[in-house]
Amino acid sequence: MSSKAYDCLKRIGDVIIENKDFLTDLDREIGDADHGVNMARGFEAVIGKVPEDQEDIGAAFKTCGMTLLSTVGGASGPLYGTAYMDSGKVLAGKTSIEKEDVSAVFDAAIAGIQKRGKAERGEKTMLDSIMPARDAYNEAIAAGEDMIPALEKACEAAREGIEFTKTIHATKGRASYLGDRSIGHQDPGATSITLTLETITNFLKEVK
Amino acid sequence: MVGLVIVSHSPKVAEGAVDLAQEMAHGYDQLVAAGGLDDGTIGTDAVRIKEAIERADDGDGVVVLCDVGSSIMSTETAMDLLESDITVRIADAPIIEGVIAAAVSASIGQDIAAVVADAEDAKSFSKL
Repeated sequence: MSSKAYDCLKRIGDVIIENKDFLTDLDREIGDADHGVNMARGFEAVIGKVPEDQEDIGAAFKTCGMTLLSTVGGASGPLYGTAYMDSGKVLAGKTSIEKEDVSAVFDAAIAGIQKRGKAERGEKTMLDSIMPARDAYNEAIAAGEDMIPALEKACEAAREGIEFTKTIHATKGRASYLGDRSIGHQDPGATSITLTLETITNFLKEVK
Repeated sequence: MVGLVIVSHSPKVAEGAVDLAQEMAHGYDQLVAAGGLDDGTIGTDAVRIKEAIERADDGDGVVVLCDVGSSIMSTETAMDLLESDITVRIADAPIIEGVIAAAVSASIGQDIAAVVADAEDAKSFSKL
């Protein structure tokens, strides 16, 4: 039987691959029309590379990150690759996830993305979804909620983050050349990270 | 001698830049191309860049010349992946003009700061 760590990454990969054309179309509007193609190629490699029986979630995430670095090709490679590798460090040796782990993964992933992309919130990037998601998660946990309802609030905040990216112009990456013409379009990176978060939430809901 | 790594989304650009620079700096062979992905797809690969840096280094450090977009981010990731202590600098320079200047500079035994400076001078070089 395959491990939960593998199953979770496989599920994320399936969702990214299913949404390949959608993500690429979003990127065609404001970027270089490769986000879905690149991420799908990366996750196809991840599914082949992570051992099916890898119980250690940290090790599985590390392999996932290293594979994304080598196979995505565009800026999402180092961004997602670093996010998964740095999340893998805080999950090293773990075979299940508790609510504190989720907070630590949010922190590690966001720090990794910022280290690479040197972006802040409000620049029409994946941070506009994952940073409000972390805040919503931590607020829900502080208010006494359990992990799954808190993650559902995080997903809601991430979706609102996608909507927010439609209202602002890009200052990073190729979309920044468009200036105000990027307004009205949702950010592909904010979209893929929200899909990732929703998939992890659904997965944890089923296995908990 | 300082080593040089050429990072381009295109394997052909990276390899061509190496050929050209070697022609201009005879006998200098510490140039390594890190273009594209393993299967030849257009893109940048941090792991490939890391390995190229390791091959280019002989102890005097490595200067990396990059093309656009994710090449910088992948190179910075590659620098974080290095397990050994190698001095690496990214030159803020055009890739072809920069690598020719850097190769000539490295081939006469200049240190890493001078090689970076020579590569970056290529930015203001007027062709007309």
